[in-house]
Amino acid sequence: MVEGDLSAKAHDGPVVSFEHVAKVYGEGEMAVRALDDVSFDIYEGEFVAVMGSSGSGKSTTMNILGCLDTPTHGRYLFRGVDVKTLTRDQRALLRRHYLGFVFQGFNLLSRTTALENLELPLIYRRISKSGRRDMAMEALHAVGLENREHHTAAELSGGQQQRVAIARAMVTSPSLLLADEPTGNLDTARSQEIMELLAKLNAENGLTIVLVTHEEDMAAFAGRRLEFRDGNIVHESKSQAA
Amino acid sequence: MIGNILLLSMREIRRNVLRSILTTLGIVIGVAAVIVVVTLGAGTKAQVQTEISKLGSTMLTVFPGQRRRSGAAQSAPPFEIEDVNALRRETVMLSSVAPMSIQRQMVVYGNGNRRSQVVGTDREFVNVRNWDLEAGRLFSAAEEQTGKPVCIIGQTVKTELFKDEPYMGNVLRINKASCEVIGLLEPKGQVMFSGDQDDVVVVPIKYFQRRIAGNTNVDQIYVAALDDSLVDAAQAEVEVIMRERRPSQPGAEDLFSVRGVQEMSTAFQSSTAVMTGFLSAIAAISLLVGGIGIMNIMLVSVTERTREIGIRMAIGAREKEVLLQFLVEAAMLAGLGGLVGIIIGLAGAMALAPLLNVPFIIQPDMMIMAFVFSALVGVVFGYMPARNAARLDPIDALRHE
Repeated sequence: MVEGDLSAKAHDGPVVSFEHVAKVYGEGEMAVRALDDVSFDIYEGEFVAVMGSSGSGKSTTMNILGCLDTPTHGRYLFRGVDVKTLTRDQRALLRRHYLGFVFQGFNLLSRTTALENLELPLIYRRISKSGRRDMAMEALHAVGLENREHHTAAELSGGQQQRVAIARAMVTSPSLLLADEPTGNLDTARSQEIMELLAKLNAENGLTIVLVTHEEDMAAFAGRRLEFRDGNIVHESKSQAA
Repeated sequence: MIGNILLLSMREIRRNVLRSILTTLGIVIGVAAVIVVVTLGAGTKAQVQTEISKLGSTMLTVFPGQRRRSGAAQSAPPFEIEDVNALRRETVMLSSVAPMSIQRQMVVYGNGNRRSQVVGTDREFVNVRNWDLEAGRLFSAAEEQTGKPVCIIGQTVKTELFKDEPYMGNVLRINKASCEVIGLLEPKGQVMFSGDQDDVVVVPIKYFQRRIAGNTNVDQIYVAALDDSLVDAAQAEVEVIMRERRPSQPGAEDLFSVRGVQEMSTAFQSSTAVMTGFLSAIAAISLLVGGIGIMNIMLVSVTERTREIGIRMAIGAREKEVLLQFLVEAAMLAGLGGLVGIIIGLAGAMALAPLLNVPFIIQPDMMIMAFVFSALVGVVFGYMPARNAARLDPIDALRHE
C-alpha cells in the first residue's frame, strides 16, 4: 500500500518537504505553538543540520520528519505523500521501509547482542534469516564493528553503542536517516568519530541525513543548516563542506 | 509474520530467564499438581477395573432387600437354603449358584488368632467366584449335608496362623467351635472395596448356620451367568424366580435386590467423580492465580520496556505487531510453564505410582488439554498488558526513562 505510493515517486522532487508547517500543542489559552510556519525541502544525498536551543522547535521538527507526529497546519510531504493522510499503521510501515533513527541515548535493546539489534528492523521488514545476517554484518562492517556482533549493549562503550545504533538505522538503506543529538552523550573525541562516520556514510553511500544538534562543531559536518528559534527557521546556510 | 513474532518473543523470554521462570511458577505448580492427581486417578480407576474382573464380571449378588412397614424401612426376611435350590433348579442362564453367609469371627490356632472373614457356602463357591484351590479338596456332598466341621482357608489365614507349620488336617477354632482344614485357596489379592480377600475361612453353609450364626439364614446368594453377554438376561431370570418366591405388595418394591459387580463399583466411581470435581476446582484456581501472576509481570514488563516499545515503533513496528508480540510472549511463557508442569507432574506421578500401588498410566489427551489451557491463560491474561503496550505513543515511549 504505502510502499507502492512512495516508490512511484522515488526519483523526482525532494525526499521530504515542509510546507508552512505549524504545530500547536494544547488548546485555547494553554496552547503552545511549537512550530509557527516552517517550510523547507530536503533532497536526496543532502546532509542537513537542524540547529537551535531547546524549545526552538527542532525536536518537534524531528518528530514530524520521523512520522511520529503530524503537523497541526500545513503539509509534510514524504516523497510526495502527505503524511497526515496516512493512518498510524501506514506511518509505521513508512518508518519501517524509508526511515532510520539514531537517538541521543543510543536506544539499543538491552541484553541483546549487536547483531540481534541490527536484525530487528530487518525482522520487521520480513527479510529471510540468511539475508538478515548478511545485511547486518555488512552494516556492522560499515561502522567498523565487525568483530563485536555478539557483544550486548552493556559490553560496548558509548561510542560503540552509537555506532551499532547508526548501523541499525542504515541497515535497511533508508531514504532518510534522522539523527537526534547523536553525540549528546559522548565525549569530544567519540563525538568527532561519530560525526566522521555519518559524514562518510553521506559522502560514500549517498545517505540522506538530518542531524539535530545544538553544537556548532557537530553542525559543521553537515552541508546545510537550518537554525530554529521560537518555532521558525531564522537562518539557513550552506557550508563549505558540502 | 507469526514466525518473526515467535522469534522476537523467544528472544524476549531468553533475555529474562530467571524472571520468566518465576513468572510461570504458578502455572507450573498448578499443572504439575493436576497431572499428578489425574495420572494417579487414572491408575486407580484402571486398578478398580482389574479388581472387578478379578471378582468376576459375570457374577451377580442377590440380597434380601428391604421392606417398608408403616413407613420404616426394615430388612426383608432372609433367604433360606431352599431359595438357593430353587435358583439352581429353575434357571438356565446361570452357570452356578452358591449360598453365602458371612461373618467376621475370631479364628484361633494354637497361640495365634485373628479376626477373619468366615464364609458359609458350598462347593459351588469356587465356580461362582472363579477361584480355584491351591491344595487340598472341596467339601464333599456328605459333608455339606451334615454340616461337617471342615474348612478351606485363604492364603492370609495360612501365613498368619500356621506360618511354616502344616495346615492340612489341623484344627482351627472359630467361635468356640472347631473345624479341620481340608483345603487352601489360591491367592486372590486385595480388592479396593472389600479388603483382603485371602483373609478368609470357608465352611459348609450348614455348619455355619448351626455353629456360627445360630439360625437357618442365607445372607446372600451369589450367582454366575453363563457368559459375559448374558449377565442382564441372567439377572432378569433371577428376578422372575425370586419375585415368585418372595411376593411383595402390588406396586411395592421387590423383597430382594440383584447387584452386579459393576454396580458394586459405582459407589467408588461416584466418589471418583467428586474427587475429579475438587481437582478441577483446584486446577481452575491455580491456573487463575498463575494467570494473574503472568498478567502482573507482563504489566510490569510493559512499563519497564516502554522505551523499547518506542524503539520498536520508531523502527516500524505496527500496533498489531507490538500487541501480538506481547500476547505471544505471555502465551509462550504460560505454555512453557504448562509444558514444564506436565513434565514435573509426570515425573511426580511416576515416583508416586509404585508407592500407592497403582499402575502409571499416561494420558495424552489430558496433557494436550493442560498445555492448551495454560497457553490460553497466557493469552487471556496477557491481553490487557499487550494492549497497553500497543497503544503507547511512540514519542512518549521514546522519551520514557
